[in-house]
Amino acid sequence: MTTGPSTELRKTPLFDWHSSHGGKMADFAGWSMPIQYSSIVEEHLHTRSSASMFDVSHMARLEFRGAGANSFLNRLLTRRVDNMKVGQVRYSLILNQQAGVLDDVLVYRTAIDARHSCYWMVVNAGNHQKISSWIGSQPGGEDFEWIDHTAETAMMAIQGPRAVDLVKAQLQAPLDELKYYHSTRVAWDDHMVLASRTGYTGEDGCELILPADCAVEFWMQLIAAGNGQVKAAGLGARDTLRVEAGMPLYGHELSETMNPCQAGLGFAVNMKNRDFIGRTALEAIKAGAIGQQRIGLLLDGRRVPRTDYPIIAGGEPVGLVTSGTFSPTLERPIAMGYVQPEWVAVDTRLEVDIRGRLEKAKVVKLPFYTRDG
Amino acid sequence: MNAEELLYSKTHEWAHVTERDGEKIATIGISAFAIEQLTDLVYMELPQTGQAVTAGESMGEVESVKAVSDLYSPVTGEVIDVNTSLVDSLETLGKDPYDAGWIAKIRLVDGGSIDELMDFEAYQKQCSEDG
Repeated sequence: MTTGPSTELRKTPLFDWHSSHGGKMADFAGWSMPIQYSSIVEEHLHTRSSASMFDVSHMARLEFRGAGANSFLNRLLTRRVDNMKVGQVRYSLILNQQAGVLDDVLVYRTAIDARHSCYWMVVNAGNHQKISSWIGSQPGGEDFEWIDHTAETAMMAIQGPRAVDLVKAQLQAPLDELKYYHSTRVAWDDHMVLASRTGYTGEDGCELILPADCAVEFWMQLIAAGNGQVKAAGLGARDTLRVEAGMPLYGHELSETMNPCQAGLGFAVNMKNRDFIGRTALEAIKAGAIGQQRIGLLLDGRRVPRTDYPIIAGGEPVGLVTSGTFSPTLERPIAMGYVQPEWVAVDTRLEVDIRGRLEKAKVVKLPFYTRDG
Repeated sequence: MNAEELLYSKTHEWAHVTERDGEKIATIGISAFAIEQLTDLVYMELPQTGQAVTAGESMGEVESVKAVSDLYSPVTGEVIDVNTSLVDSLETLGKDPYDAGWIAKIRLVDGGSIDELMDFEAYQKQCSEDG
């Protein structure tokens, strides 16, 4: 993170709304964001049973357009973009030359014609500056332009079993016909909204990118129309939801010292007949020992493993916890972490050193939760 | 117990001190403000009967979904009773922090001081600055 202690925190267009509706605000990647309004557990369970809305405007939104965007992004990202259809959304990684993960991103293909390819990319807030510099430092920037839309747009995620119907009614657009990981442009009054069926909670739902100046109005109308079915939820619940869903978070499960194979993100890398930054290093890694791998842990007791707590086998440290929480759905502590390959098999008994005391845990398959049960 | 008649530590524990047979006994707990700030409690580590505790030092922990906090002793002495039922009913801490939510009874050491603790008014002021 590049934010210094003296830097004033950035505010999303919804900041005043959060503050005046009980949002407990905290610094997240240099932004003042709501961690919770009432209780993380209540907001979490409401998302699983009905719907929640999350302000995720802190994430960076970049647009790429022009004939050269295809080849530029193809080289930048671990998956192709040129074979994406308009409306498709793809999860991808940005690697450095050593195949370390610089960021994980969503790429939207928003337009195509003979002269124009158009993409949007959503980047983690904590990596905004780093990725902007990385893009700027790459060769081949002649045939396209890229525009940072973060400041003049807002982004919100509406997640949960009732989310799509609620947003569909509000936007008056057939979002229920939109396939998972697809997006569409919808007019709301005079405003253009980029709506995608994506999310970071393990629930069905959508994410919306809309002009900053109509974000509060949209947010308030959706809450009013939802009549208790959809409530605001903070980044605290967003985190417990994504951990249950086994989704990696940059800075925890992903970093420049981790490669995609270790993280279990092989699906997000397409090596077939193509070149991209980090490919050569990744080939060498795949040919040798991959090293530590990501696992899920379910604990026997009630104490919660936290980031950087040691994972122990036979009294010896074999890895570290990268994210841990108390799962509101399972009512047990859960964690993700990295260990050597001999400890990754499901049902392997391990321990976590929680502030000097060993707590029993076992390796479980990720994710901890799927909405289909 | 009436919150206004209790003494408070900077770290949000309350104490109610009574005298019995020339001994000072402090009943202690966690303030409503602190419980409200923690939210989503999942686990509590209590001190043990017979344990010697020191004012300002950790004697247990309170864990919420978000984070873990130390439970500090507001007084110096020996733990003579512990409310072990709390472990299985953490919601009591929020529902009834000053009666059913008591955590431990501590016999103060001879000459043990409670002068460091704040009265309700001073504690309220600290909370309004923290909140």
